[in-house]
Amino acid sequence: MFTPLFKFNFFGVEISYVIAAVIGILFGYTLERAGFGDAKKLANQFYFRDMTVLKVMFTAIVVAMAGILLLNLVGILDIKQIYINPTYLWPQIVGGIIMGIGFVIGGYCPGTSLVASATGKLDGMMYVAGALFGMLVFAESFPLFQDFTKTGFMGNAKLTDWLGLSPGIVAFLVIVMALFMFWGAEILEKKFKVEES
Amino acid sequence: MQNKEEKYWSPYLAGFVLGLVLLATFVVMGRGLGASGAMMRSVTYVVDTVSPQHVDNNPYYAKYAGGEKNPLNNWLVFEVIGVLLGGLLSGLIAGRFSLKTEHGPRISPKGRLAFAFLGGGIMGFGARLALGCTSGQALSGGATLATGSWAFMMAMFAAAYAVAYFVRKQWI
Repeated sequence: MFTPLFKFNFFGVEISYVIAAVIGILFGYTLERAGFGDAKKLANQFYFRDMTVLKVMFTAIVVAMAGILLLNLVGILDIKQIYINPTYLWPQIVGGIIMGIGFVIGGYCPGTSLVASATGKLDGMMYVAGALFGMLVFAESFPLFQDFTKTGFMGNAKLTDWLGLSPGIVAFLVIVMALFMFWGAEILEKKFKVEES
Repeated sequence: MQNKEEKYWSPYLAGFVLGLVLLATFVVMGRGLGASGAMMRSVTYVVDTVSPQHVDNNPYYAKYAGGEKNPLNNWLVFEVIGVLLGGLLSGLIAGRFSLKTEHGPRISPKGRLAFAFLGGGIMGFGARLALGCTSGQALSGGATLATGSWAFMMAMFAAAYAVAYFVRKQWI
């Protein structure tokens, strides 16, 4: 095992910032190519007219998930060295609900709003301004709900622990679920698609 | 529509490329992608410039910029600068760069801009509560099978579908 490269000291923090910018460019480029710089395309997801968001997200999750497990299996990637988002179940669920409401009202999520802004979309820029304001409000009012932000803590819990299944089985189930959703997405799109200008 | 505008990639191709970028991030850095964290750091930077004392007294700001810490000295900040450059580059090459407001057929551009600010505000707040956004939680946490990230993802999509009917005039 010799990766993650950064964790095995192949380079230092300064170089990691250069790599960050390169990865960011690839990330932003891909999001734009997927059509994620257009709020209408993103929002149409929630009216079953354009299921691009679901297709892109779950294809990406499946590819990265399978890649991580395979690279670990062949002895290249040390899975214990990669960052696992800690679980704080209740703030994550409530935050997720708040974000879902904001998504369908604002038409973007934070990452896609940056891409929209970069391609000159004024609604993207307004969204970014709103998001920065919302974060200011969060930080200023943080002492009020500080205790809630720590509820439902489960450490670096993974679905494998929760389901009591091996990573291979869980990955297989995720892939099956994704394929099922893609199949459903194609049917929904045909049913709800409207010819637009 | 300009007819020279390039088509978007197939969603499955875009997802495959995005998955490879995410995988490369884990292999090279041992972490995933993100977006909202860098926005929070920008807010903290401005507040820290105006009043360092206020930042030190607020436990949330202090995490990013307490004492001598510079909130912008962080991997995610450089990644997000890249996202802006990459988005701009793709938009320019595809002929999609233009100053305009995306809006549905039943809402004025001004109305759309107001909703964009409102939705952004709600999402900015929610992203901090959820410890990340679609990039940091759903994509990166999803790929590493983090339990909380999957709960977040389900809650976000469920809420968006539940509310969609009430704001349909904005989009369809």
